[in-house]
Order: sequence, then C-alpha cells, then structure tokens
Amino acid sequence: MQQVFKRPVSLKDVQTHFCPGCHHGTIHRLVAEAMDEFGVQQRTIGVASVGCSVFLYGYFDIDVVEAPHGRAPAVATGVKRARPDSFVFTYQGDGDLAAIGTAEIIHAANRGEDITVIFVNNTTYGMTGGQMAPTTLVGQKTSTSPYGRNQAKDGAPIRMAELLTQLEGVAFAARVAVNNPRNLLDAKKQIKRAFRYQVEGKGFSFIEALSACPTNWGMNPIAANERVGGEMADYFKLGVYKDTAEF
Amino acid sequence: MGKIEIDELRCKGCGLCTIACPQKLLSLSEKINNLGYTPAEISDPSRCTGCALCAEICPDVAILAFKNKTVAHK
Ligand SMILES: Cc1ncc(C[n+]2csc(CCOP(=O)(O)OP(=O)(O)O)c2C)c(N)n1
Ligand code: SF4
Ligand code: SF4
Ligand code: SF4
Ligand SMILES: [Mg+2]
Repeated sequence: MQQVFKRPVSLKDVQTHFCPGCHHGTIHRLVAEAMDEFGVQQRTIGVASVGCSVFLYGYFDIDVVEAPHGRAPAVATGVKRARPDSFVFTYQGDGDLAAIGTAEIIHAANRGEDITVIFVNNTTYGMTGGQMAPTTLVGQKTSTSPYGRNQAKDGAPIRMAELLTQLEGVAFAARVAVNNPRNLLDAKKQIKRAFRYQVEGKGFSFIEALSACPTNWGMNPIAANERVGGEMADYFKLGVYKDTAEF
Repeated sequence: MGKIEIDELRCKGCGLCTIACPQKLLSLSEKINNLGYTPAEISDPSRCTGCALCAEICPDVAILAFKNKTVAHK
C-alpha cells in the first residue's frame, strides 16, 4: 500500500502543547505542507507572535524570529528587506494582529510588503485565559465580557480579511476554515496560493483562518468545531476576497 | 482498500476524526494514554477506504493513511 497521508517534512515530529481539538495544530500542518510543496523550508524565516502560537520555533523545522506582541508584520518587513531571497511569513492570533498589532498589520499590508501573513482568528485571547478580542462575536461571553459582547459599548467584531482587502498594497486575501474536510481542503489550496504570491514576488498575501479554542469557549472539541462552521462562519464569511495575480 | 495507523501516544482524544470518517469507523477508546486522553480507535479496519480524511482533520497529526492504488475497475 502507498502512503497517502504523511507528516510534512517542515513540521517537527514533536508533541504540541495545544489543547485537544485546537485548530492551531491543523493550521500549523497546512502551513508546513505549503512550505514543503514550494521547497522553501531551507530559506524560510517565520515570524512568531505572542499567543498560543508563540512556540512556532518548536514546531516548524525552520528559522524563526520571535516578535513582540502585535509587531510581527514590522519584524517581517525588516527580515524580508534585509534578506529578499528568504521566504517570510508571520503567524498571528486575533488578539495579536487585530488588537495590539492593528497599526503594524495595516501599514505592512498598505506598503505591500512581499510577505505572507497567517492570521488565526479564534474570537478570543486564547493564551491569557479567554478575554474579549476585537473579533469576539456580539453576545459572546468571555472573561472580560461576562454578559456577552455588547455592540453598543464594544463595537462589532472586526472582519480583518475584508478590511485589508481595501488596501492597494494587498495582492491576495482569503478567509478559510479547517472544521470539516471540504473547508480544510480549500484552506490547503488557499494557503498554497498565498505562498505562491510570495514565491513569485507578487506581493502581500493574507490568510485569515477561523480556529476553534475549545478551552476558552468552554466547549468540548466537537462542539467548538461546530461553532466554527456555524455562528463564526456566518459572520466571518469564508472565501477569496482579493486575488490579483494571473497565475 | 485502505489502512490507517493511529499514534496512540500523540492522540489527544479530541474526537474530530470520528466525525470526519465517511465510513464512521472511528471512535474513542476506553483506555487512557500517557497524556490522560482516550485515543481514537478503528472498529472495522477492513472497511477503511484510505480516503485520509481522518488524518487531514486531526489537529495533532496522529493518523497516517495508506491506500492500495492498484484497483482500477471500470
Ligand atoms: C506587550 C504585551 N501585552 C500583553 C501580553 C499578554 N498576552 C499574551 S498572549 C495575549 C493575547 C493572545 O491572543 P491571540 O493573539 O488571539 O492568540 P491566541 O492565544 O488566541 O492564539 C496577550 C494579551 C504580552 N505578552 N505582551
Ligand atoms: S487555549 Fe485555545 S488557542 Fe490556546 S491551545 Fe488551547 S484551545 Fe488552542
Ligand atoms: S482513511 Fe477514510 S475510511 Fe479510513 S478510517 Fe480514515 S476517514 Fe475512515
Ligand atoms: S483527530 Fe487526532 S487527536 Fe483527535 S481523536 Fe482523532 S486521532 Fe486523536
Ligand atoms: Mg486568539
């Protein structure tokens, strides 16, 4: 029999610290598969953020720079400009990218830096115990919104893929999910497409991946997985928002 | 014809593979692994098609999938 599924080479063969059913693990694997596909492992420099994905260097068999909270797109800008031959991506949570790092992502995107951003939206600050994030859904209870997010006081959740799509510097933007085989196979395709933009020097590419955080949502992994395809995907619509290249 | 290998030490018992398998062959076992989780197990391996959807959905890369690619019946 032929092996039809194997661990990507770019993903270290180690146990992760992620909670059971956390989609960070799945998204890590898809990113590693894209790295393998384009053969960029040896020239990749990942830029890790602050959050549950902080241990990027422990899980990917690549070089990694650890950025201060929210600053990954600025750090990645420096890395890519200093080493234009490298493949540079950031991997950031929603607290990191859409809250403390709002300025850095918007300006890196607007400048059209030739980097790839993997944005993992789990509607909460996972690592620190489930506080409200800019992406928390209206009505969602978190440790800092115990009665549910109140739109009148807290605003509506920010749709980052749509917001960045409006910037001239953005070449590719898509929102994906990994909650079922169909969405997952599409996520795989879009992540590879985002990588291709950088490999071919076509500019800034952005992937927003919806992700389950069973622990802070107070749900078992299967219920959390269902929430991603349910109320999350209802508000954060999956799809390709911008695709400027001809390939 | 297919086959999977579940790494019982890596499996965190999340159950996502159990809902992804089109053949409904997977469930969580009663035993407890070294991490304290109940790993997934396959009930009727002979019915596995090797579609690899269980492996794809697994957040912990705890499943490897194999397929017999010689069958080409019309
Ligand atoms: C400058 C700074 N402020 C605050 C923190 C505390 N902190 C650590 S992780 C985190 C939020 C992470 O949330 P997110 O980016 O959504 O990642 P997740 O864990 O959900 O994947 C915060 C606020 C920090 N480490 N540094
Ligand atoms: S706290 Fe949430 S985001 Fe962090 S590892 Fe656990 S499930 Fe994943
Ligand atoms: S390979 Fe397909 S048929 Fe076999 S156990 Fe996995 S999901 Fe089920
Ligand atoms: S999806 Fe993976 S970690 Fe979850 S129960 Fe199945 S084999 Fe175990
Ligand atoms: Mg988060």
